Parts: sequence; C-alpha cells; structure tokens
Amino acid sequence: MLRLSGVSYRYPGAPRDALTGVSLSVGPGEFHAVLGPNGSGKTTLVRIALGALSPLVGRADVDRRPASMWPRQDLAKLVGVVPQREDNLFPQRVRETVLLGRYPHLSLWGRERAADHAAVDRALAACDAQHLADRWLWTLSGGEYQRVRIARALAQEPKLLVLDEPGMSLDLKHEMGLFELVLGLVHTAGLGVLMITHDLNLAARFADSLLLLESGRPVASGPPAQVLTQETVETVFSWPVAMQTVDGRPQMIPLRQPKESRA
Amino acid sequence: MKWTLLALVAVLALLLSVVLGPAAVPFGELLRSDIVWNLRAPRALLAFLVGGSLGVAGAGLQALVRNPLADPFLLGLSGGAGLGAVLAIALHLPGPWALPIAAFLGALAALGLVYRLGLVGGASLDPRILLLGGVAIGAFAAAITTAIVSLADAAELRNAFLWLWGGLSGASWDSVLIVALYAPIPLAVLFAASRPLDLLALGEESAGYLGADVDEVKRRVYLAASLLTAAAVAVSGVIGFVGLVVPHIARLTWGHRHRSLLPAAFLGGGALLAFADTLARTVVAPRELPVGVVTALIGVPVFALLLKRWTIA
Repeated sequence: MLRLSGVSYRYPGAPRDALTGVSLSVGPGEFHAVLGPNGSGKTTLVRIALGALSPLVGRADVDRRPASMWPRQDLAKLVGVVPQREDNLFPQRVRETVLLGRYPHLSLWGRERAADHAAVDRALAACDAQHLADRWLWTLSGGEYQRVRIARALAQEPKLLVLDEPGMSLDLKHEMGLFELVLGLVHTAGLGVLMITHDLNLAARFADSLLLLESGRPVASGPPAQVLTQETVETVFSWPVAMQTVDGRPQMIPLRQPKESRA
Repeated sequence: MKWTLLALVAVLALLLSVVLGPAAVPFGELLRSDIVWNLRAPRALLAFLVGGSLGVAGAGLQALVRNPLADPFLLGLSGGAGLGAVLAIALHLPGPWALPIAAFLGALAALGLVYRLGLVGGASLDPRILLLGGVAIGAFAAAITTAIVSLADAAELRNAFLWLWGGLSGASWDSVLIVALYAPIPLAVLFAASRPLDLLALGEESAGYLGADVDEVKRRVYLAASLLTAAAVAVSGVIGFVGLVVPHIARLTWGHRHRSLLPAAFLGGGALLAFADTLARTVVAPRELPVGVVTALIGVPVFALLLKRWTIA
C-alpha cells in the first residue's frame, strides 16, 4: 500500500542529505513505527511518503503510484493523517470537525448525505468519542482532542493512517489508551498504520515493525526485538540504557550516567 | 428562519434607500419619479452589490490569511486605488469613467505587487507575507497619494479626500450593469472554494492531508477576493469595515461553514451598505457624508464588541 524504496532527499541548499537510502513498506493490518532522535529525518520521511516532497533518489509509492503524482483529494481517500500540531482558527464543535474528514468524498457543490453522517458516527464510535460529539473543541482535554482528530482521519475511510507524535503531552492513561485504540483499529479494521514517535518503549510495545533512523540513515529495521538492542539504542541516542522484556517486547530504561564521563 | 429574516432585512434596506432621500417624493409618485428611477434605484442596487462583494471578499480573505480580523483593504488595494484616483483627479483626466478606471488600475497594480511578494517563498502564497506586503504597499501608495494631495489646490484636495472615504454618488445604471456583470465571476470562484476554505481554518498542512489542493485554493481565493474588492473600490471608493464586520456577524449566526457563511455575508454586506448609504444621504441633507464615515461609525463599535467576544472565546 505504502512503499518507500531506497529514498534519499536533500533540502535545497542543505549541506547534507535529510534522508539516505530509506526503505519502508506498510501493508493492510500492519503497524509500523518510525523512531529516531530529533532531526533524524522522521518528518521528512512522512512528507515524502505523503507526496509533499518528491524523493531525489528512489521511489515513494502509494498503491503503486508515486505519492507526489496523486491528486490530493484522491490521496485523502486512501491515507488519513493526524499531524503533530494544528490550531483551529474558528471555534468548532466535535461533530463539525470530524465531518471535515468527509471532504475528499464530496463533490464540489454536493451536500453531505446520510452516508457521510453515518461515516462520522462510525468514526466517532471507533474512537470511543460519541459522547463528545456536541462539545466545543476548546473544552476537550488533550487526550479527548487527539481521539477526535483520529476520528476525523477515520471519517476519511482511509486504508492507511499516519500519526505524527500522537502521544505528545498526554498523561499515562490517555497515552496508553490512544495506543490501544490505534492497535485495535489495526486488528479490527485492517488499517495500516505508520506512526512517527520518539517514544521507544511504546513503539516497541505496540508496533509490529520498527524503523530506527539516525541522521537520515536507517540504522535498523524489523521486529522490535531485533531493532531495540542495548547496543543500537546506546549508539543512536548516545546514552547508556538497560533493556528489559515486557509482554515479549523489549523495553528500554535510561541509566544515570557515571560521574566521570559527564561533560 | 434566519435566512428569511436576512432576506427581509435586505429587501427592507433596499426599499428604505429607494423611499428615503433629501428630495421629498410623495409616496404615490414613487414609481413614476425620475429621482427614484434614475438616482435612488441604481444607487441602492450599486450599494447592495458593493456591500455584498466586500462582505464575501472579507470572509474569504479572513480564512485565507488565517486572521479573523483581516479586512479586504488590508492587502494594499485601498492604497493602490486611492493613488490611481488621486492621480486621475490631479491630472484632470476627462470623462465620467476616468476616475473609476484609474482607481481600478491602481488597485490591480497593488494586487499584482502584493501577489508577487506573496510568492517570494516559492509557488505557495505565504499569507503572512501577503499581509505584511499589503500593509507595506498600501503605506507606500498612501505616501505618494498624500504627496500629490498636498500639492493640489483646495477644491481638488477636497474631492480627493472625499473619494478616499467612499461614496456612491456616482452611481448610474451603467455602473450597476458593469458591476452586475463583473462581480458574479469572482463570487462564483469564492463560493466554489467554500469547502477548501473550511479546511484551511485547520492550517495548510491539515487542509492538504484532508484533500485540499492548498496552493491552488490560496491563489484562487486571493485573486478572486482582490478582484472583487478592486471593482468595489473603483465604483465607490474605500468603504471600510463592511468586509471586516459583516463576515463576523454572519459567523455568529451561521457558523464557520463557508457554504452558508459566504451567501449570508453577501446579503448582510449588501443590506448594511444600502442602509449606511441611506443614512449618508439623509442625515445631513442636502449635503452628504462619505459612506465610509457611516460604515466606520457603525462598524467600529460593533468591531470593538466582537473583539471583546473573540478574546473571551
């Protein structure tokens, strides 16, 4: 469904590549997470995967067609995106904002039909957010707001969901709840998920496959147990860690740095 | 219900501006009066078209620059049009159409410059640069305008100054016809952009992911709204606050969906300007106030209230 092969990219005027030789493939019912320190190329990878940028080398395809060649409206029927940040200019109610997700399915002058409202109801239900439908956006908590934004992406009825740091600034309960929700969508709806995050532990806990980037280069990719080894994590993040296993998945615990090696 | 009410208000505003005026026309002779047919009726219709255009242009631009306090004249058009008009007055260009054409060309020149500035970052219009560029070009044009006015003689100066505050005394069936033929094209472009404009309120990145062709929408909305404003300023001078306040009031009642917001802004803007022009003609009759003075006197208090509400929300 989404396939990057040997993608490299350099921003105009930049001294080095933002991405070098990155490959990634996300199919239906698969949960992929892209990890890496700040500035490792995660956002660039998303932009290329969604056709906002064209790779200089390699290919980025959605359904076997280069992502940048897709008309935006058609692409939005296949791929739903929850960006890291957005600010709504005007006060809006939850149902209205989720209804915006139906945009790619509407004709220029046509009204929303019953089918569109039904899709909104399904999306709200899938995110356990029906009870929020009539609330104003600004009255929502951070966790509720993220659920609503995921519902909006689901209202697009996409085959692939792309989430950029969805757990940022959420507390434990809401962060775990959000990841459980996304995993549930993968299992029940067969949705493909590509998630950008720098939370190694949550990614390892929930995703089927990880891609670890460092300075735009793929360091490791595959099942969490293969990618998150002590050696790899310490090298990429330049910090000593200990590893444990929970639910069969590797979990990382940062260690205090010994005094003599502190700068 | 609210549409019926708005339609009634619009019809009422038009009727009032035909019935009221400095010359007393007996009620029974309204339909046969030359004053009504050749002066008041075209003037009422022109006021309505201009007000409606400004309302829609304002609503569109507010969504485009993502600033609910934007006014169609913020983007430098008033400065360019003012310069064109004052040049026409100073150079004594002959004919009834010299001034509107000069003002229109001035507005187009400003539009072109601001548009070009907005594209400095690439193919995507940057709304922040549009705003800053508009303010800068407007200030530059205003400086030249002031220089010309300061060198003009007293009568010319008065004309130029009055023109800058807007007025519909030049209305004729010809000008109504021209605006009625011209305005529907940019209006249709803006109405067709209703849904992408809804998305744009979420920010350009989100709008793109939801399926809007953001660069294309921004170009279309900017050009259509500016061309509407340029025509409005050419036939009636700079009439402030209609394009700022009307979209706001429409949002309070119709919400933020441009499908209903834009038509409501058209009817509301038309009604407001027709009403304001009736006041401008009658309160100090037989003299006349520039209609921009009336819209500002009505608009500023309303705006202050809205500002208060906005900061609370």
